[in-house]
Amino acid sequence: MMNMTRIAVLIGVALLPLGCAIAPSNEEITAQSTAMLKASFKATGQAGLDRLDQDETQRMCSELAGKAPSKETAEKIEKTNLATIRYPADGKLLGDWKNGEKIAQEGRGKQFSDDVAGPVGANCYACHQLTPQEVSFGTIGPSLYQFAKLRGYGADTQRYAYGKIFNAEAFAACTTMPRFGHNGILTEQQMKDVTALLMDPQSPVNK
Amino acid sequence: MSDFSRRGSWLVLLLSVLAIPAALAQGSAVDEIAKYRAALQDGNPAELWAARGEDLWKQKRGPRQVSLEQCDLGLGAGVVKAAYTRLPRYFADADKVMDLETRLVWCMVAQQGYTDADAKKAPFGNGNARKSDIEALVAYITSESRGIPMNVSIAHPKEAAMYRIGEKMFYFRGGPHDFGCVTCHGEDGKRIRLQDLPNLTKIEGAQKAYTTWPAYRVSQGELRTFQWRLYDCFRQQRFPELIFGSDASIALTMFLAHNANGAAFDAPAIKR
Repeated sequence: MMNMTRIAVLIGVALLPLGCAIAPSNEEITAQSTAMLKASFKATGQAGLDRLDQDETQRMCSELAGKAPSKETAEKIEKTNLATIRYPADGKLLGDWKNGEKIAQEGRGKQFSDDVAGPVGANCYACHQLTPQEVSFGTIGPSLYQFAKLRGYGADTQRYAYGKIFNAEAFAACTTMPRFGHNGILTEQQMKDVTALLMDPQSPVNK
Repeated sequence: MSDFSRRGSWLVLLLSVLAIPAALAQGSAVDEIAKYRAALQDGNPAELWAARGEDLWKQKRGPRQVSLEQCDLGLGAGVVKAAYTRLPRYFADADKVMDLETRLVWCMVAQQGYTDADAKKAPFGNGNARKSDIEALVAYITSESRGIPMNVSIAHPKEAAMYRIGEKMFYFRGGPHDFGCVTCHGEDGKRIRLQDLPNLTKIEGAQKAYTTWPAYRVSQGELRTFQWRLYDCFRQQRFPELIFGSDASIALTMFLAHNANGAAFDAPAIKR
């Protein structure tokens, strides 16, 4: 009996390298991937290993492997994230568009190589067209040139713009855009300034 | 390697390229950058790294004073030709899937007698302050694969698992910016600022990207390996620091290298 069991185990082990073992499930691969990631990074500067701990939104979007979320998943993610948005207590959503432009240009912030004392930017131009003067813009996000000129300068559009900067996942589940307010990338004043870059009639974005 | 006239020609090209920013105002900036990139292709300082790497490969070095010519990169001891087109792969002697860089470290430790820390002490160069033997060796070994089609196997269960884990990592989003590889490399025709981004979810994108690393980076004056490419992508993703030769780096390399199968390897390349 013992011998038969041992032989069976030995045969099983011998077959493993030949690919006869059942391939790991998707869940097993996810678990292995997560464990391997944790063992493959080191905390440096301001970037600790806790950055590899996903929240529910990150986990669900990762699991989609690049595909669009289902209607149910999208609604769940958007509802959860919408609840996190905090509008300024003073009710003013528009800061200084000139500062907003500087924040939109600034690519530094939150990298392990960055000074923890700052600066921290939004790097909007990495992905979006904004002012017509800046020709070096990326295309991962849509063009925001004439953002308010096309959508109107009203209070609802201001709230939408500020909210989108604060937590983009509230409006488009699994978007490529960071959650600048929710994840503490930008300060409230910085978000007001970037909102002004989009919404101020004097901003070159709306010229 | 290259004769003096070729070295001279890339120096002239580099100098002429310095005049290009003034031309950016004229015509489309994207067109001008395409011209700049085309101008770079004519001569490649990566040859200097490859020449140093060939010397390092053949010299007797390390505590045991042996050369790396007994190092098996997968096609037999000392076989360099085409070796990179088959990596990463499973190595029975190490019982591990390894990419070129981790295999070189393994040979430096197991055969030349270096400590693991010594072998890994300068994975990336930094001008004259820090020269990287690994980068030079990679330049030499990869240059011996130019023109040969990528042919990375995932037949071994450990190779297959690494490929699937690498694919999973490609879509892993985390950190303060929610970024993953897929954020920038998931669609056709996208750019960061003016930098074109390959769509690595498609075979053609993976082929074009993977077969053009390592590369001499003009902006850094350094030859950069695929390990460096992953390291610096993760830095910009706002992740912690990727450990050189870590399993995650090998898994992602396996995912992209296998997807590049069939395409002729075309590096060391030269990039902006």
